[in-house]
Amino acid sequence: MTVEAPISAARATRSPAPRRRLRSLTKRDRIVLGVMIGIPTLIQAVLVWIPLLASVALSFFKWDGLQLSGFVFQGLTNYNFVFNQAPAFWPAVLHNIVWLLFLGLIGTPLGLLLAVLLDSKIRGSRIYQTVFFMPVMLSLALIGIIWQLMYSQDNGLINNVLGTAGTPAAIDWFGDSSVNLWAALVAATWRHAGYIMVLYLAGLKGVDPSIKEAASLDGANGRQTFFRVVFPAMAATNVIIVVITVIESLRAFDIVYVINHGTNGLELLSVLVVQYLVGETQVIGIGSAFAVVLLVISLVPIVIYLSRTFRTKE
Amino acid sequence: MVATRSGRFEIDRRTLLRTGGLGAVSLAGVGLLAACSGGTAGGGSGGGGGSLTFGSNASDAVPKKAYAAFVSAFEKKSKDTVSTNVSDHNSFQDKITNYLQGSPDDAFTWFAGYRMQYIAKKGLVGDVSDVWSKIGSNYSDALKKASTGEDGKQYFVPNYNYPWGFFYRKSFWQSNGWEVPGTFDELVALCKKMKAKGIIPIEFTDKDLWPACGTFDYLNMRINGYQFHVDLCAHKESWNSSQVKEVFDTWKELLPYYDPSAAGLTWQEGAQKLGNKQAGMMLLGSFITQQFTDASVLNDIDFFPFPEVKVEGTDAVEAPIDGLMLSKKGAQNQAAKDMLQFMGTGAGQEAYYSVDKSNIMTAKDADTSGYSAFTKKLSGVIADAKSISQFFDRDALPAMASNVLEPAMLNFLKSGTVNLANIESQAKTLYSQQ
Repeated sequence: MTVEAPISAARATRSPAPRRRLRSLTKRDRIVLGVMIGIPTLIQAVLVWIPLLASVALSFFKWDGLQLSGFVFQGLTNYNFVFNQAPAFWPAVLHNIVWLLFLGLIGTPLGLLLAVLLDSKIRGSRIYQTVFFMPVMLSLALIGIIWQLMYSQDNGLINNVLGTAGTPAAIDWFGDSSVNLWAALVAATWRHAGYIMVLYLAGLKGVDPSIKEAASLDGANGRQTFFRVVFPAMAATNVIIVVITVIESLRAFDIVYVINHGTNGLELLSVLVVQYLVGETQVIGIGSAFAVVLLVISLVPIVIYLSRTFRTKE
Repeated sequence: MVATRSGRFEIDRRTLLRTGGLGAVSLAGVGLLAACSGGTAGGGSGGGGGSLTFGSNASDAVPKKAYAAFVSAFEKKSKDTVSTNVSDHNSFQDKITNYLQGSPDDAFTWFAGYRMQYIAKKGLVGDVSDVWSKIGSNYSDALKKASTGEDGKQYFVPNYNYPWGFFYRKSFWQSNGWEVPGTFDELVALCKKMKAKGIIPIEFTDKDLWPACGTFDYLNMRINGYQFHVDLCAHKESWNSSQVKEVFDTWKELLPYYDPSAAGLTWQEGAQKLGNKQAGMMLLGSFITQQFTDASVLNDIDFFPFPEVKVEGTDAVEAPIDGLMLSKKGAQNQAAKDMLQFMGTGAGQEAYYSVDKSNIMTAKDADTSGYSAFTKKLSGVIADAKSISQFFDRDALPAMASNVLEPAMLNFLKSGTVNLANIESQAKTLYSQQ
């Protein structure tokens, strides 16, 4: 689809009669088109659709992973395990929701704030941009390790600044299950805000300065100009930001995995999928059921995003 | 050996592909890789000149050198040639079933217990009963039991093991007049005294989740007996039973004496506290001694077995065994069988021990004159044991250990409660999937 569009557009500009366009495709064109559509489709099928459908199918079976004859239909047993037996499932759902809300209500607005501040031509703006963007270049796994230096119970910066290091009052930020989710979220936000900042900076640059002038001529103050005029003008950026925020919170995995393998207060759906699918602890049917649940949840924002995108195109 | 665990969730190509229903593709890939790793001459004459491949998970420096010493001793003795393929410890573990289905090496390193029995039951490995008919008299009955599959045949030849128990600093205890507890009540009484002195009585570290298994295993064996423990691990007994409840009820008496920050500590950090006399004792495998680099501290470390609670005295000991197995292909190769037989002799184990001294040799005729008094004590505990358990994550289904019991124990540690009905329902589903 994405490949076809620019080609037909290019052809349309060359040919004055768009109706005849299809018929004017030579044999060579058709082969080229076929290859260009076929290869991405094949890659999609092999890497996305077949594994996806296989996961859905496997979630209704038990399989020891050895012989192909070893499949036994299980009905909903695996889903019963997921929803009713696995004690980590509901906490994981809750943590994913908290993750989404935290990024959505704190991380993303913080990124927007940074972008607005840096867009207003303050001195050293480039330096601040670089500083805030730096964490985005790092993987979340690395960020988990970096923040360990801040959070460590006896050697960490925070406990040393608080003067509690080495005393029983020292908080073990990553080890105490009542605070470690928030500690991890602060670390994740550190990166997320920089990411959002860059996207909004680009968005702000794209806003026509004349509408801002028009707004101030009409007597709007700074806040009104931003919320009533500039922010709505960035509608396209806003949609992308919402989608990115949702995706970031659903695929959160590496940082909690680095902290404590996603246990003790840091359970997430993605961790459960890995726990049951990878390594010696593999139980294929159950792991697939966890994966399908995560898939269904992920489909919600994807469907909303796609339907919006297509609606605006029409 | 420390890596009984950790890194198990490492993502590998096999699982991802296979889960995608592409098992055949990934298997073919493994076959290609293994084909590059050197040929195998089958059916050696036994009189030397044969060759075999040896897959080793000993990727850490010391064990790696130790296995190299063992292999060269074998080559010298048998005139066979061995080509060794060393894999990363954790990924070797994670890929084991795929490895054995592809083109495995003739001989490979593995663990006794459920992990061995599982791959034996699935018909992925070679029977070594005929090797055992030659080396059997060189091992205790407990070791033979640990090397035997569910069908009564032997599949495993032990190299070394290491006991779990309480470790403490002799001088620290002497200066305070504390004595080694022989029973659980004495242990609790001692803990009370230590706590009164402002010391953490029992250093407990559960950040990695698996260390808690040691306490569970010992309490279960001391309260319900070795057989019940093994049956529970194999889920032939129910978790939702008065026996298991009693284990947790007893355990609860110890909770007030644990390190309050146990949930966030690794065993290495705990060992440090023990070394610094901040904590009185710690239940761990003898690999704890690796943490004491200061010789004066190391020489001050002593050991006592988990005290008696209800049954069997202290006859059962937790001592995970590492050793060698044969792949199906390797079972056809006389040279590979010869190497396993050599592992079952004192000469073979001494070659390994000469490099890696943190473990206990398992063969009866191994020369133990080089053992320190401390090592002698450790080996004595194992030698006197009537039954040897392997550690929960080796005796039970791996998913049961790391996805069910370990999180439940951490929760127990924090809240003092455990939902046995839920553990049983999870166990039922997980074991039925095998």
